[in-house]
Order: sequence, then structure tokens, then C-alpha cells
Amino acid sequence: MRTLEQTTQEILELAVKHFKAAPGSLKAEDDFYKKLGIDSLQALDLLSRLEDHFHIELPDYEVQGVSDFKTLAERVQSRL
Amino acid sequence: MLDLSKYSSIGEAVRDALETWPREVCLYESDRGEEKQRITYREFKERALPLAKWLQDSGFRTGDRASIIMTNQSKWLISAYAIFYCGGTLVPLDYKLKPEEQWTLLKHSAASVLITEYPIWRQLGSSPVRVVAPEVKNVLVTEAPENADLAGATAWESAKRTGQPMFVPREREDLACIVYSSGTGGTPKGCMMTHGNYLEQCVALTSIYPFWPGVKYLSILPTNHAIDFMVGFFGPFTCGAAVVHLRTLRPEFVREAFPKYQITYVSLVPLVLKNLQRGLQSRLDELPPAKRRIFERLRAINKSLTKSRPILPLSRLLLKQVHAAFGGKLQAIIVGGAFTEPQTLQFFYDLGIPVANGYGLTEAGTAVTVNDLHPFRGDTVGKPLPGMEVRILNPDADGIGQVSVRSKTVMAGYLNEPELTAQTIVDGWLMTGDMGRFDAAGHLQLFGRKKNMIVTEEGKNVYAEDVEQAFDGLAVKEYCVFAANYIWPSRSMVGEQLVLVIHLDHGQTLTEALRNEIATRNNRLINYKRVHGVLLYNEDFPLTASLKIIRVALAERLGKLNREQVILPI
Repeated sequence: MRTLEQTTQEILELAVKHFKAAPGSLKAEDDFYKKLGIDSLQALDLLSRLEDHFHIELPDYEVQGVSDFKTLAERVQSRL
Repeated sequence: MLDLSKYSSIGEAVRDALETWPREVCLYESDRGEEKQRITYREFKERALPLAKWLQDSGFRTGDRASIIMTNQSKWLISAYAIFYCGGTLVPLDYKLKPEEQWTLLKHSAASVLITEYPIWRQLGSSPVRVVAPEVKNVLVTEAPENADLAGATAWESAKRTGQPMFVPREREDLACIVYSSGTGGTPKGCMMTHGNYLEQCVALTSIYPFWPGVKYLSILPTNHAIDFMVGFFGPFTCGAAVVHLRTLRPEFVREAFPKYQITYVSLVPLVLKNLQRGLQSRLDELPPAKRRIFERLRAINKSLTKSRPILPLSRLLLKQVHAAFGGKLQAIIVGGAFTEPQTLQFFYDLGIPVANGYGLTEAGTAVTVNDLHPFRGDTVGKPLPGMEVRILNPDADGIGQVSVRSKTVMAGYLNEPELTAQTIVDGWLMTGDMGRFDAAGHLQLFGRKKNMIVTEEGKNVYAEDVEQAFDGLAVKEYCVFAANYIWPSRSMVGEQLVLVIHLDHGQTLTEALRNEIATRNNRLINYKRVHGVLLYNEDFPLTASLKIIRVALAERLGKLNREQVILPI
């Protein structure tokens, strides 16, 4: 079982890869809309990547209003 | 289609629709590419009436208000019909709002019943703000796990009673819905929509974009939104058509739904349309040069042959692969909720996919103008729908003035806000606050806004005053939030932004700590409500005798500053 820190780290790495951000440029507290300059649809796309990676289902409502990696990681962790 | 001139209410029309097309499918529900259920008109009735009976047995009476806070799904529509059957007034609320915002609007609407989904209720039910709305007596929760603690609510699935409920007739002027066009932070703007408003709007819209049995409408915009309520519920139901709901709105599942269900119509906000455009464009860019040349040739032929009107069979033949991706039956993409850039509309039209752009607002009963595609005009928002009188007030030298609307679709007013209503509906004309002009062909063109608000590409209306609350208690002398275009009218309706105007105390400076405080508060707001920059203003704000900021006067003063130079990034 992953720890929350590991989950967070993996999400950050996935986001870096998916959105072609500079390695190490994202932090847990970052607002991903702002930091990555993405819109709500692109955020939904990231969720699909997370589902594939963690082998979980993340309903859309789980991430309503979530805009930082830390909270996103908590939502993922609760479904692992 | 039912002859809606014969009906007095939504409930009466839907009741007849359920009897007229009992064997037709009215709802498809799919989750992650897997169809979970399909419901016929007869089954819809069989599910709704026991709920209506339960509501009546629980004391729900004519004119009582019931709110729905749900994602797009069959139980949304079944619940809505049950409410109308009982003669109730529906209060559709946005499931994306925060619990405290939802409770505030529930209180404002005086709803006595709330119908919601378990994941939403988990947050709503445990919110400390719940105490503000003790009037909400009955809460029904769908899809709750067995043995879940429902915090005083009842499982929707168990809220059914046998026996025939009593159908309660309503008149055209009676209240059908209270639809919030904004106001989660400032003054709640609850648009009081009558049954007549919806009946008239439905007739007008379906005269241009008809539905019929066999049509499948893909419901993506939230059903609480005026557009989806009309074209994702009332419109198709009065024509025997079907609505497709997707429980997961990820782009890949949305793309998959088009060919799977051979979708006829879909409504999208500009953001989603642009996303589709990007996806299509990147696939075109990947074509090998020879294929790309052939494709461009076919696109050019399609463009020239469809100049005066769409010829769908021809476009489907010429650009087979593109149309196959959309299922091959698509009649039109209805785009609304916000202004769409002409080049995006043109991109789709050139591919033979008609994009029905239009203009409307909740207060006017959804659509006011719509492009009838004869010919396609991406540079305008189309002509007024039948029954709509649209005029331009105080036009300037270029013919641009405020757009005002008179029609049987215009709301009765704002709930509990007679003053605001009187300012908005003057001598029967709705003041839209949008600036526009008519061209020689009678098409409406829009040129910015007169009101202090922005509309995002996701179709979200954000009023500057609603955002101000986030900065309550900020350690400065005065502050105020403005839409940048309200200060500096730009004649543009894209890329709109909010600005926080700050008047610091004497001797105070914009320290790093203050900047951080502003950024933290701003980040707490949902992304589309955030302010874009800060403007430091060194003079006292003009105030009324009761110390309220006179926004018009302040905006006028700020407008003399150079926009490019005075806005600091957050």
C-alpha cells in the first residue's frame, strides 16, 4: 500500500509527463489549473491518466472544486 | 410534436407525451462506455408516479418548492416530472457549487424538498451551513450504499407509494422553476420562470431545430442550466425523442458516445467545442501529405457547395471519416452559454457539421437569437427566434447599443428582488446588459457588455460582486472587484477577466504579505471565479449616503487609467 506521500509524488510525475512540464517543477500545494495553464477538460483528462495508473475509478464528483495536487492525492489515496 | 399551444404547464405536456409515445425510448444512461439502462416513456411514467405519490403523502402541496442537485442522469428528469405532476415549483441548482453556496440558495428559494445524489449529500449533509435552511424538511438521496448514514435523509429508491397521485394542473402564468443565474456570493438572482415561459420557448426553438421520435440528444451541459433543461428534457420529451446521459463526462467517453448512440444533437459550451476542434485538428495534422491534400480538397468542395445552406448528406459523403467519428447522424451542435469565436464555428461548418450558435440568457428563457444556418454566419449570433422582439437601445454612431428583449419567454422577475426586477424589466422589455447591433440581414452581432460581469468559456456567469466576498476583511482601506471590460469597454466578449481594485490606507504599501494574502484568498475561489490582477487606486471610492460603493462612478474614474499599465499580476 502506497503512502500519501508516494501517491502525491506519483501524481506529480504523471502530471509532469502528461502536460510536458519541466521535471521537478510541480509541488503538492500547486494549483494545477494555474501552474499548468490547463482548463477543466484537460483536468478531466488527467483524471483518466490517474485511473489507469492507480487502477481505480475516480468519479467526476470526487474532484469537483479540487485544484491542488495535495487534495487530489488525498482523493486518490482514499480509493486505493 | 405535441401542439404546445393547447397546454398550460410543463407537467401537463409531459404527461401527454408519456401517453403518446409509450414504447419509444426516452432515456439512455451510460457509464464509462457501458450502457446501464434505457427507459421508455411508459417506464418513465411508472418510475415517476410512485415518487409523486410519496411527495404528496409527505405533505408536498401545490406551489411548494423542491430542489434538485444532481449530475445529469435519469433520476434528475424523473424527479423533475414528479415535482411538476404535484404542481410544485422546481429549483434546479448547480451540483458544482460548494455546499455552503447550495444551502444559501436552498434557503433563498424556500425549498421544502431536496433531491440529491449520495456523493453530493455526503458533503451537503455534513456541512455546518445546513442550519441556515431548516425549511428543507424532506431530503431524498439517490444511489446511497446500503446501511449508509443518510443524516436524516430518505433513500430516493424507497420514496415510492402505490396508488394514483393526484395530477395538479397549473396555469401558464404560474411559477414553474426558480433558476439561479448567479448570486452565490452577492444578491441571489433567482429567475422566476413560468410554465408559459417554457412552453413558448420550446415552440420557438423546435421551429428551427426540430426533434422527433428517434432523435437522440446527448446531454452534457448540467441539466440545471437553462439550455439543457430545455433541449435535454422538455424539448425532446414533447417530441417523443430520447436523451442520452453519460455518468462520466471525460473527453474519451464523450467522443465514444457519438458513434455509439448516433447522436442527433448535442449542446456544448465554447470550451468543449474548442477542445473538440483541437482534437480534430491534431488528427488532421497527422495525416500523411498526400492524404492531407485530398482531405483539404474535399473540405474546399464541401465549403463551396454548402455556402448558402447545410447539405448534410453531401457533407457526410465527402468527409466520411470526420462524420463517422460523430456517428453520422449529427444534425447540429448547439453551442451556447458563452460567446464563441467565429473561427471555431467556421472550422466545424467547413467540415459539414452545422454549429447552431445563438444568444440567450436565463432571464429571457434561454435562447433569444439563433443561427438558422441559411446561410451559416459565424460572425453573428443569428436572428431573433419566432416570438422574440429584440431592439437596440440608444445606439451609438456605429448602431451599437444595449440589447433589450420583449417576449412571452421573459421571466416574471427575480425572486424577492422587486427593485432589481424593476431595473431589469422596464416597460415589459428585458434589459440584457449586453451590447449589440443588427446587420443588414437582420442578424444580431454582439460587442461586449454593459454589466459588471464576465462569462467564461465554460458558460459560467460570474458577477464581480459575487467574488468580492472572498476578500472580506482584507487589511486595506477599501476594495472592489470589477470586470475589466466594465471599466474599459472593449467590444469583445472573449478573454474576459476580473480585477481587484484596492485603495490602501494612508502610508500603507503593497507588501509581500498582503500580496500573499490576496493570492491565498483568490486561490480559495473556484478557478473560473478568480481575479486576474490587482489595481492600486490612491483615491477614496465614491460612496452613497449609506456607504455603498457607487460602482458606475468608480468604474468611470478607473477607465481613465491605462489598462496595460495599472494591473499588477497576482
